[in-house]
Amino acid sequence: MLYREVGQFKTSYTSDQAIFPILQDRLGIVAIVIAAYLIGLTGGDFLLNAVLIPFLIFSLAAIGLNLLTGYTGLLSLGTGAFMGVGAYACYKLTTYFPNVNILLWVVVSGFFASIVGALFGLPSLRIKGFYLAVATLAAQFFLEWCFIRIPWLFNYNESGAIEVPQREIFGIIVTGPRASAQTRYLVVLTIVAALTWLASNLVHGRIGRMWMAVRDMDIAAELMGIRLLPTKLLAFAVSSYVCGVAGALLVFLWYGGAESTVFDINQSFQILFMVIIGGLGSIIGSYFGAAVIYMMPIVLRAVPGWFGLPLQPATVEHLTFMVVGALIIVFLIAEPHGLARLWQIAKQKLRVWPFPY
Amino acid sequence: MRPRFFALATAAAVLAGASLPASRAVAQDSIYVPLFTYRTGPYAGSGIPVANGMHDYLAMLNERDGGINGVKLNVEECETGYDTKKGVECYESVKGKHPAVINPYSTGITLELIPRAAVDKIPILSMAYGLSASADGNIFPWIFNPPLTYWDGASVFVRYVASKEGGMDKLKGKKLGLLHLDAPYGKEPIPVLQDMAKKYGFQLLLYPVPGKEMQNQGSLWLNVRRDRPDYIYIQGWGAMNPTAVKEAAKVGFPMDHLMGVWWSGGDDDARPAGPGGTGYLSLDFNGVGTDYPVIQDILKYVVDKGKSQVDSKSRVGENLYNRGVFNAMLIAEAIRNAQQLTGKKVVVGEDVRRGFESLNITEARLKEMGAPNFAPPVHLTCADHNGHHAVFVVRWDGTKWVKISDWIEPIKEEVLPLIEQTAKEYAEKNTGWPKRTEPCDKSS
Amino acid sequence: MHLLYQIFVDPFVQMGTAPDLLAQTLWEGLVSGVLYALIALGFVLIFKASGVFNFAQGIMVVFAALTLVGLYQAMTRLGVVNPTIGAYLALAGTVVVMFLLAVGVERLVLRPLVNQPDIVLFMATFGLTYFLIGFGEYVFGGDPQVMIADQLHLPRGRIDVHVFGGVVQMQKIDITAAVIASVLVAALAVFFQKTRIGRALRAVADSHRAALSVGISLETIWVIVWFAAGIVALATGIMWGARSDVSFALEIIALKALPVLILGGLTSIPGAIVGGLIIGLSEKIGELYWGPLLGSGIESWLAYVIALVFLLFRPQGLFGERIIERV
Repeated sequence: MLYREVGQFKTSYTSDQAIFPILQDRLGIVAIVIAAYLIGLTGGDFLLNAVLIPFLIFSLAAIGLNLLTGYTGLLSLGTGAFMGVGAYACYKLTTYFPNVNILLWVVVSGFFASIVGALFGLPSLRIKGFYLAVATLAAQFFLEWCFIRIPWLFNYNESGAIEVPQREIFGIIVTGPRASAQTRYLVVLTIVAALTWLASNLVHGRIGRMWMAVRDMDIAAELMGIRLLPTKLLAFAVSSYVCGVAGALLVFLWYGGAESTVFDINQSFQILFMVIIGGLGSIIGSYFGAAVIYMMPIVLRAVPGWFGLPLQPATVEHLTFMVVGALIIVFLIAEPHGLARLWQIAKQKLRVWPFPY
Repeated sequence: MRPRFFALATAAAVLAGASLPASRAVAQDSIYVPLFTYRTGPYAGSGIPVANGMHDYLAMLNERDGGINGVKLNVEECETGYDTKKGVECYESVKGKHPAVINPYSTGITLELIPRAAVDKIPILSMAYGLSASADGNIFPWIFNPPLTYWDGASVFVRYVASKEGGMDKLKGKKLGLLHLDAPYGKEPIPVLQDMAKKYGFQLLLYPVPGKEMQNQGSLWLNVRRDRPDYIYIQGWGAMNPTAVKEAAKVGFPMDHLMGVWWSGGDDDARPAGPGGTGYLSLDFNGVGTDYPVIQDILKYVVDKGKSQVDSKSRVGENLYNRGVFNAMLIAEAIRNAQQLTGKKVVVGEDVRRGFESLNITEARLKEMGAPNFAPPVHLTCADHNGHHAVFVVRWDGTKWVKISDWIEPIKEEVLPLIEQTAKEYAEKNTGWPKRTEPCDKSS
Repeated sequence: MHLLYQIFVDPFVQMGTAPDLLAQTLWEGLVSGVLYALIALGFVLIFKASGVFNFAQGIMVVFAALTLVGLYQAMTRLGVVNPTIGAYLALAGTVVVMFLLAVGVERLVLRPLVNQPDIVLFMATFGLTYFLIGFGEYVFGGDPQVMIADQLHLPRGRIDVHVFGGVVQMQKIDITAAVIASVLVAALAVFFQKTRIGRALRAVADSHRAALSVGISLETIWVIVWFAAGIVALATGIMWGARSDVSFALEIIALKALPVLILGGLTSIPGAIVGGLIIGLSEKIGELYWGPLLGSGIESWLAYVIALVFLLFRPQGLFGERIIERV
């Protein structure tokens, strides 16, 4: 009843092209953002540290991959490595210039990832589909090898891992073990929200339309005057930028230290799952996908405990694997276009409720 | 409809966030001991026996003695799958329940937890794994890695080779290979081996095995064939070990010149090679077999009552199982010591840290525990969280591990300066690394 | 200058001075090439007939091998004393299990997803992978198992061939693997080219809709290809299992098949073989002669880079069908 656009007139092109044309949507977004900040102030350590912070970071990475795979139609399996580039770049930058605001470095480190991403995106002009996916694996494995083999990247630490030094902004500890969960959550939330806003504007604008034209059929797009190479490379660069920032956040604001295995092939696959389950070509879908893929196992692991079932943790893990696998298939059968599509259907139903049409 | 929905959702989310910590306040009449284990994933082969050993010893204490000094141990496993992400999640889920000590059982997870330990006031026991430099108690007051580090282990390997060749001076010109997992864990012994290579004049050859190629080591062994190293030291884990032993047997590398670090000495590591694996050596610091009263007690109180997860009784007493038992002994002794120091019955992390710091398990105490000569006597101090204790060499005879050497002391003059230096570097690189403020208890 | 020498001269000098080692390397490269090809074959079969990029092939290898070992152990417990009979009964049992798996996958995964985009089907095989990992570990436990190679009368030991003043060691099990792989490939090629079902399979590969319209049952065809892929997985599992052991780490070897696949072309059986051999050989030679320059371990990405270079010249792989795009 309340979700109705009656009486909301669009009197200019600008208002017609707005990302959220309906007033209720705008209110909803504001409510969600306020709620998200409120949780940050009141939430417990476990909720913030083990659930929400990683959820937000993975959502960001999923958005990054979605720009490439969902919007431009280029399948990539190198997400984990691009995240790694961001993380290692941030580490090098902050150890060289310890006095510069760490958040600046987090944001800048993405550019290094985008350079590397564009470099490995070069073959995309010739190679397509699954062939391209396997070609991006070359990036994944080569970069992973670099993280192990080039000691300069981890400052010649004997342990071969990077440890996050403590950094403060305005006297508040932001990174390192003594940063409180609340602070880290709020920082992550702010960065993720800002980049989401940026990505959303990007895909709704000219660039986004170019990407989608390339996705739908690249030859047709070329005939229409879209230059393929710059467009595809831009998609790789922007996507890797977002993933790189997500990687830097992952290490600096969640793990607090990392070895190369954090950015392995499984990480890439996990992000890809999020994108596909959430919905290809949908920003909000990336959030849904991250929620399902990341939180579902956590919830599933807790289920036997709620009912007091005397299951061994290993058994729970096996069951979790089976249930996650089965659910992925069920989701795909129920809605191959991902959760974002379900969300759209629900919205449409709400619009006309209580009438069927 | 929509705004109300969001208001509701907001309220629910805030409530959920606020109520989570409250629900975690547990009644403290037992000591909470979480065990991070992995019975799933590619490394399960090494993880399962260790998990069983740790669990069964603590369960035995509960059954036989009603816990430690009358306080029951609340043992809970958290499955990590050797995955750092899940390990961190496990840590977050247990840290609110006042754990006595955390056993990450993965070098990767240990590295993530080291900075957090001091903040959350939870000691971390990484028994003979993790960061070698964390042996320095002045810089890492919350981390313990007895009875010896990987660097000590590598030095024992060199010492063993020297004893076979007839003295340290005979090492000159020899070729020693290190076959290691290409990850921080596997690379750990490299610096000390390089130092010793310079000092004693042997040549160090590195054979890294990428994690993805664990079961596909063909080209590495071609390298081995070209370089013809005299001895090879294996620093591997999981599926890498049996493949290495098998490949070595295949190419005819002399088995008695192939030695694994203690984590490469599982029964499942040597068995798949069949008769070809006979003679494979491994470092070890815990006794093998069931001929110890403590193992007999575990069989009697836990395994025979069906309270263990071992799939057959014959697996009790395997090398990695007993390793787990020894790990659990260290936990139990630290708790006991903490109870004595504080006079409290129910101890938490802060107390157990003190318990570890003045831990002194003498030979007499080992005997009392039903484990005579089972492991090296472990003595820790505030400055030395490791002890750098001796190990011995075991040999695979085709069906089981057999002890073939005496206790061999590590070359401490090589290891100790390196530890001091790297620990200092670690603290310097991490700006804001806290200075040690924890007071020091006298050794008991 | 020194670096150039190390890159362009030194490796060849090494090859010249130790020809027996070179021969050994070539042999090892061939063997691993054959083994890679074996995994890639499973992918190709399914991709050819249903357009599904089956990521679950790796876990199917593990699952088949574990079923074989598990059934053998069950036989022993049930009192089948003769190890040979037990082993072959277990082998037969595993074939039945793989058939049931094929039927199950077709019923529960493929049929409801008919006509969906490729990437959705690809994702569904990930779901299958997760399910099989959980199910396999639940049933068989996470402990590594020893492959029953002796009970199956696979040869062990090695043959030493004396050439070039040195020795080339050939493992009998590797020779067996090569023979089995060749037989499988030949059988599959004949099956695809000469039989009625094979013709139906090729028709389905060309166009689902056209095949349906001439009365070919997609369901049957899918069960058949998944069953064939299951058999290939079983063969792969036995061979790799005999080389190390059977554990869930073996799943990762599926990743080794991917560069082979794209090098050979996703739809070509001979492509899988040739691709496997190229990757196997270049990987071993690269690691041995050029690896030390870069600090070793380059094997993990070398195959992908080689495949990438080939792809730049032939985007559809060496033997892949030419991609014709129309607007």
